[in-house]
Amino acid sequence: MALDKNQIAQVIARELKDGYYVNLGIGIPTLVANYVPEGIHVILHSENGLLGMGSFPTEETVDADLINAGKQTVTYMPGASFFDSATSFAMIRGGHVDITVLGAFEVSEKGDIASWKVPGKLIKGMGGAMDLVASAKNIIVAMQHTNKEGQSKLLKECTLPLTGVNCVKKIVSDLAVMEVTDKGFKLLERAPGVSIEDIKAATEGTLIIEGDIPEIKL
Amino acid sequence: MNKVLSNAIEAIKGIEDNMTVMFGGFGLCGIPENTIMELSKTNIKGLICISNNCGVDDFGLGFLLRNKQIKKMISSYVGENAEFERQLLNGELEVELLPQGSLAEKIRAGGAGIPAFYVPAGYGTEVGIGKESREFNGKMHLLEHALTADYAVVKAWKGDTHGNLIYKHTANNFNNMMAMAGKITIAEVEELVPAGELDPNQIHTPGIFVQRIFQGVNYEKRIEKLTLSKS
Repeated sequence: MALDKNQIAQVIARELKDGYYVNLGIGIPTLVANYVPEGIHVILHSENGLLGMGSFPTEETVDADLINAGKQTVTYMPGASFFDSATSFAMIRGGHVDITVLGAFEVSEKGDIASWKVPGKLIKGMGGAMDLVASAKNIIVAMQHTNKEGQSKLLKECTLPLTGVNCVKKIVSDLAVMEVTDKGFKLLERAPGVSIEDIKAATEGTLIIEGDIPEIKL
Repeated sequence: MNKVLSNAIEAIKGIEDNMTVMFGGFGLCGIPENTIMELSKTNIKGLICISNNCGVDDFGLGFLLRNKQIKKMISSYVGENAEFERQLLNGELEVELLPQGSLAEKIRAGGAGIPAFYVPAGYGTEVGIGKESREFNGKMHLLEHALTADYAVVKAWKGDTHGNLIYKHTANNFNNMMAMAGKITIAEVEELVPAGELDPNQIHTPGIFVQRIFQGVNYEKRIEKLTLSKS
């Protein structure tokens, strides 16, 4: 069975290590914070100027001056810090953030990502996504393997305007965990009950299958 | 030295048609509410606005949009605003979208006297069209030019009569750099105190960057996406 959004987040959370500084994008990536493994302490970076982001506030603690990059009200953890946007992106550009998780419309087998613009629809802007993908040391994409029409979103070449080139390292979709290599998408794990044939059929880009492909253990 | 003004009406004197103006804030967090409101009561038009976002339909820079006072926006994200979309599709408004970190650094560079710099963000995308590119350490970068403005308008939590500013929580965002990048910087603050009352160790923006300061009134601090925990 394909993974749901929370299970995708749970699989990505396995990548977290103690002491990591982590930037989570909007959508499924945000859910990763709910599955940080026990005994591991990570510090969440929000690019509008906060390290040490906490959970959502209560009605009593809500503060208009304290929001995340998705403009939602949040709280901060003990040991948090606030800073301006230039400093925040120095953390990203300078490679100080250990892991970045973000969503995507499409990813190519070369690691190109399209995530910010659909021609013909309203242009909202790229926000911090281009900075993040261009500079993060380790970029994991959380996405659905196919669109609503069943067409693959893991392609030879992206069809939509790019957010960045040759930058995605790993993809966790509802069907599989894949690494982006020089030769294409390397299949690492498959969702429980999903066959290699299912994944092949859902992947337009080159899919590399070597040896046994274990099922994801949740 | 007198930087202190009594209100936004005095603070905006000198802002004219077709000028470039920076506005601090991220979404509606940390925006200079008083100054934006006062500008919306004037007939000043043709403004080139540099701001990470463009407010919402009925708040923040949305007021200036509604009055068609903005000719061009330089931003990183302009969603959540139907009037913006309408003017853009009708060709009434120009927009230049930039990666958020590049936008922040362009403003910082403008204030710091650095004319241009290289960053990797946007290389290989439409942001890179027409920009010089160059390889450093095996990675491609784009040349980005600094941004400055005729006026920068920022909002701080506390300020003193010398123009020193302290921001609260994530309301710092673009305000600190924009204060540096305005030929004239207007700071509106929630609390204005005599010089000497703020701890010099805690100042975010040193007063040298601020030419005009006033204590704002009636801060609404509207929340764009109120999100509460379930417990």
